[in-house]
Amino acid sequence: MRLGRFFNTTAFRLSAIYLAGFSVFAVLFVVYISYATDQLLARQLRETIDTEIRSLAEQAGTGGIGAVVAGVDRRSRRPGASLYLIVDVTGRIVAGNIAEVPAAVLDRADEEPFTVGYVREEGETAERLAMVRVVSMPGGLTMLVGRDIAERERFREIIGQSIAWGAALLLVLGAISWFFVSRRVLSRIDSVSATSRRIMDGDLSGRLEVTGSGDEFDRLAASLNAMLERIEGLMHGLKEVSDNIAHDLKTPLTRLRNRVESTLGGSDDPAAYRAALESTIEDADQLIRVFNALLIIAQVEAGTPDKAGERVDVAEIVRDVAELYEPAAESAGGELTAQADGPLFVRGNRELIGQAIANLIDNALKYGSRDGEESAGAHVAVAAGREGDRIVITVADDGPGIAAKDRERVLERFVRLEESRSAPGSGLGLSLVAAVARLHGGEIALLDNLPRGLRVVLRLPALVEAA
Amino acid sequence: MRILIIEDDRETATYLTKALREAGHVADHAADGESGADMAAEGGYDVIVADRMLPKRDGLAIVSDLRKEGDETPVLILSALGQVDDRVAGLRAGGDDYLAKPYAFSELLARVEALARRRRPGEADTMYRVGDLELDRLSHTVTRAGKPIPLQPREFRLLEYLMKHAGHVVTRTMLLENVWDYHFDPQTNVIDVHVSRLRSKIDKGFAEPLLQTVRGSGYIIRDASR
Repeated sequence: MRLGRFFNTTAFRLSAIYLAGFSVFAVLFVVYISYATDQLLARQLRETIDTEIRSLAEQAGTGGIGAVVAGVDRRSRRPGASLYLIVDVTGRIVAGNIAEVPAAVLDRADEEPFTVGYVREEGETAERLAMVRVVSMPGGLTMLVGRDIAERERFREIIGQSIAWGAALLLVLGAISWFFVSRRVLSRIDSVSATSRRIMDGDLSGRLEVTGSGDEFDRLAASLNAMLERIEGLMHGLKEVSDNIAHDLKTPLTRLRNRVESTLGGSDDPAAYRAALESTIEDADQLIRVFNALLIIAQVEAGTPDKAGERVDVAEIVRDVAELYEPAAESAGGELTAQADGPLFVRGNRELIGQAIANLIDNALKYGSRDGEESAGAHVAVAAGREGDRIVITVADDGPGIAAKDRERVLERFVRLEESRSAPGSGLGLSLVAAVARLHGGEIALLDNLPRGLRVVLRLPALVEAA
Repeated sequence: MRILIIEDDRETATYLTKALREAGHVADHAADGESGADMAAEGGYDVIVADRMLPKRDGLAIVSDLRKEGDETPVLILSALGQVDDRVAGLRAGGDDYLAKPYAFSELLARVEALARRRRPGEADTMYRVGDLELDRLSHTVTRAGKPIPLQPREFRLLEYLMKHAGHVVTRTMLLENVWDYHFDPQTNVIDVHVSRLRSKIDKGFAEPLLQTVRGSGYIIRDASR
């Protein structure tokens, strides 16, 4: 089973193709080299033979046939691979160091050098191979000059064997490295599959192994881990939301249902019915509001920054929204001041940024009033300005502020601090602001306002104007 | 006025038809996009209320087909999708107003009536009058009983919108959308405070209050003495 899977891997197939290609090229290379060498040796042989024939012909010119015969006789006695033979018309050997050649060979005078079998000494049984050239000479004599080519044959044999051994070695080594490479790749992939199976089974905290080698597998594992990180975060958020929905929506729904039930079971007074129905509508409206806020947050969170919209002037939005809330602040005994000199352009959605600023102002007005002094409303200062490449929107109040430990938490959905539970609200306002900030590639920070109060800072990337 | 409701949810449709008839209108109902488009094409309606997601043909397609035919009947698009992008898509397709579900009937009625009024001549009036209150849209001045009333620019626009729809209810969200051009839910009573400020400027010291609150719906400006 395991072996079958092994043969089925990409690593196996790739290295098989590689090995086959490499072997073919290696064999072609060796064949070419040996062929070329063989050709070279053959040419050298022919040249050597020709040179000897020429020098013997010169001897014939100066000293006649007798000198040639003497010369051949002398050369024949030297040890070496050179072969000579002179026969007369009857086929009798006049001089030379060859015992026997096929008779037909001597008829092939004046041909190009050719290969022939011969017997060196009388009584030898093994036939040897030689390259020879035959020339006819005056006086009916025929002369054969040649060289034994046993050496060349041995060379050929060696090359042939080398090719065989080399190919065998190549195959073995290739197969071995191939096995190890595939196994390494396979084990990494196996670990990836095993981890993903574990994660699929529900253990979202699982992460792929990063060996630190920085290779493709590490990079792949790192990106997958980043993806898992995000999924885990989203799942965590989702779980939190469903828990919160269960609590924050079930409670008012239960209240609503109970009220209707008790009204039905109570007196038949039309006024009581009317009152109950009116508060039912009120409750339903509040529920719808929470749903809408949740949907907007979900939609904003699913968005991508580049989708966020067109060029909008934050200063104008800040002035508009502040103006919208100013009478409400004043009627509550507080004060709302706005300081926004524009234009301050960002790429974004006017509606969402407006809603974010409205939520911040609404929060400041609701929770920013000085505790203990019922009549005194919140003093809220809204400002917008530019800091480097960021547009900074600040909403500050002089209320009790938020303890440092709670500041991260209040950005989460449905989180309402104990101190503010009595005031109306859904606990979604800041979550939406945070989501809008994220959508626009910005961030939100909750800081202390000096000497007292909370200062919420919303930073959005300023739109870089093309010059 | 004659109103066509294109809505696939039977219960919602029955409720809307009944409520619109009670409000004194003639309401027809189409249960799917195809028959809705046919009925709309026949014409004769003052306003069309179309659900965005309908069987056979969706609401946006019906509107854009009508507009291609040169039919300018005002269309109010209803949708369970209430977000910014959806609203933009609805208006771009040729819808005149967009209302997210769930909605209060008073909101729908106020919007339908406002849409129907939009078609009537008088849009180009430069002078609005309600009782002894006058608003001059060109010189941006407001007088009551001949006495000038100084208003902030936003207060002027608020009064202008209310007077344009004099005698009819306008809701808080209609005010927020048309006077401030925002569509979000302000959650608190911000609009009410603006209106009461305006009211103190135009009604204070006069025997007859013109700007009235309609409980559960919104506001109306009218001369009750007539």
